[in-house]
Amino acid sequence: MADEWIPAAIYLVLCLAAPLGLLFGAFAVRVRARDQSPAKFDTYECGEEPDGVAWVRFHPRYYIVALLFVLFDVEAAFLFPWAVSLRDAGLIAIVDMAIFLGILLVGWAYAVRKGAIEWQ
Amino acid sequence: MSQLEALVEDPWLHGLVIGFLVLNLLMAVGGFASWWERRFAARIQNRIGPNIVGPLGVLQPIADLIKMAQKEDIVPRDADRVLFNLAPALPTFLALGGAAVIPFAGSWGEDGRWQNQLVVADLDIGILWVMALAGLMVFPVWMAGWASNNKYTLLAGMRAVAQGISYEIPLLLSALVAVVATGELSISGIVSWQAEHGWLIWRLPVLGFVAFLLFFLMSLAEANRIPFDIPEAESELVAGVMVEYTGLKFGLFLFAEYVHTFVAALLAVALFLGGAHGPFAERVGPLWLLLKAGLLFVSIYWIRWSWYRFRADQLMVLCWHYLIPITVLLVMGTATMVSLGWL
Repeated sequence: MADEWIPAAIYLVLCLAAPLGLLFGAFAVRVRARDQSPAKFDTYECGEEPDGVAWVRFHPRYYIVALLFVLFDVEAAFLFPWAVSLRDAGLIAIVDMAIFLGILLVGWAYAVRKGAIEWQ
Repeated sequence: MSQLEALVEDPWLHGLVIGFLVLNLLMAVGGFASWWERRFAARIQNRIGPNIVGPLGVLQPIADLIKMAQKEDIVPRDADRVLFNLAPALPTFLALGGAAVIPFAGSWGEDGRWQNQLVVADLDIGILWVMALAGLMVFPVWMAGWASNNKYTLLAGMRAVAQGISYEIPLLLSALVAVVATGELSISGIVSWQAEHGWLIWRLPVLGFVAFLLFFLMSLAEANRIPFDIPEAESELVAGVMVEYTGLKFGLFLFAEYVHTFVAALLAVALFLGGAHGPFAERVGPLWLLLKAGLLFVSIYWIRWSWYRFRADQLMVLCWHYLIPITVLLVMGTATMVSLGWL
């Protein structure tokens, strides 16, 4: 089985080499303008003068999405091994998973009820 | 083909040769897709499209590449230089990497079993490999959005990450339908099962079709295609996270989108449409897979040029209120059918 990971690793290296090669190639032949006026390196905000840095505070609704994501992603991590052994485990596996998902869906219903995802 | 199979024995050569082939195929598709898409869009919108460079404008992507490589490389003064320069390389890397576990060809063995061929690495956790790489896709987008130090890119990055992680869950769950139905975690195992028992899209009545449709739509969301292209919303956020990028760095973001879309189509075919399985499969090699994936690829751009864009908040409500419970029920429905022995 370890043999399968060698081609996978080689392929990943090739995949990384392709875009990096393009970037370095472009870096090598890049054109540099003589005029290095400071305005050129300004942040582009549709012609407005940039007001302060952009690393500002943002809305906490993204934080709620991240919390919900962790919840459901962990669920998915449990689902994969369950899916593979389903044929051997029989009907009891369905019941177990239905209870587990049922509990999760109660949490989901609470979040929906509270309007956690409605942004307007 | 037989010479290629001799290489299967040696993992290093196998990785190099097959990996190189697959990589070049995907890069060629990704490169020329931009020409093809512009012609296609022009036809839909009653325009002419690129037709000067080469016959029918085929060489347009090469001209674009040369043009972009010549552009001055500007890094904004306040940008985080390391992240800013690293971010464009990663989406291409991740999009290409997903194709490692997809078998491009196959044939019937002498024992009557389906044999998968032309797969870079037949990992037995293939689907986890694909999903792991797809999950990492939010990082380069956020790196670009944050490192540009621009309010528009920051907003776009935030939205893209929220969308990416939200739509990852229904994507995972709809792919899980294929895992539940076949009992296999490797993509080649799923393809073999489909070749021997029938394609999941109809072998699994109704549920298979819904799962395929959802998986396909979720792939669009992951690849930031219309109707899910809020991260690039050019009418409200200039051009999403790519605003500050010039030249080839900008080009690599576009290129990665084409590759990502094609790999998503390949994956949808492998999971639900029988992969390389089809009549005369042993003669035509990868043609079946490329034909099926090509049809899906065309429909992605058909959707793109005829549909509108959802608003950011509508996207989140669609995902969390509807798609996640639907896909959970799909998985449970499929599991019940498997347990009752209907598959």
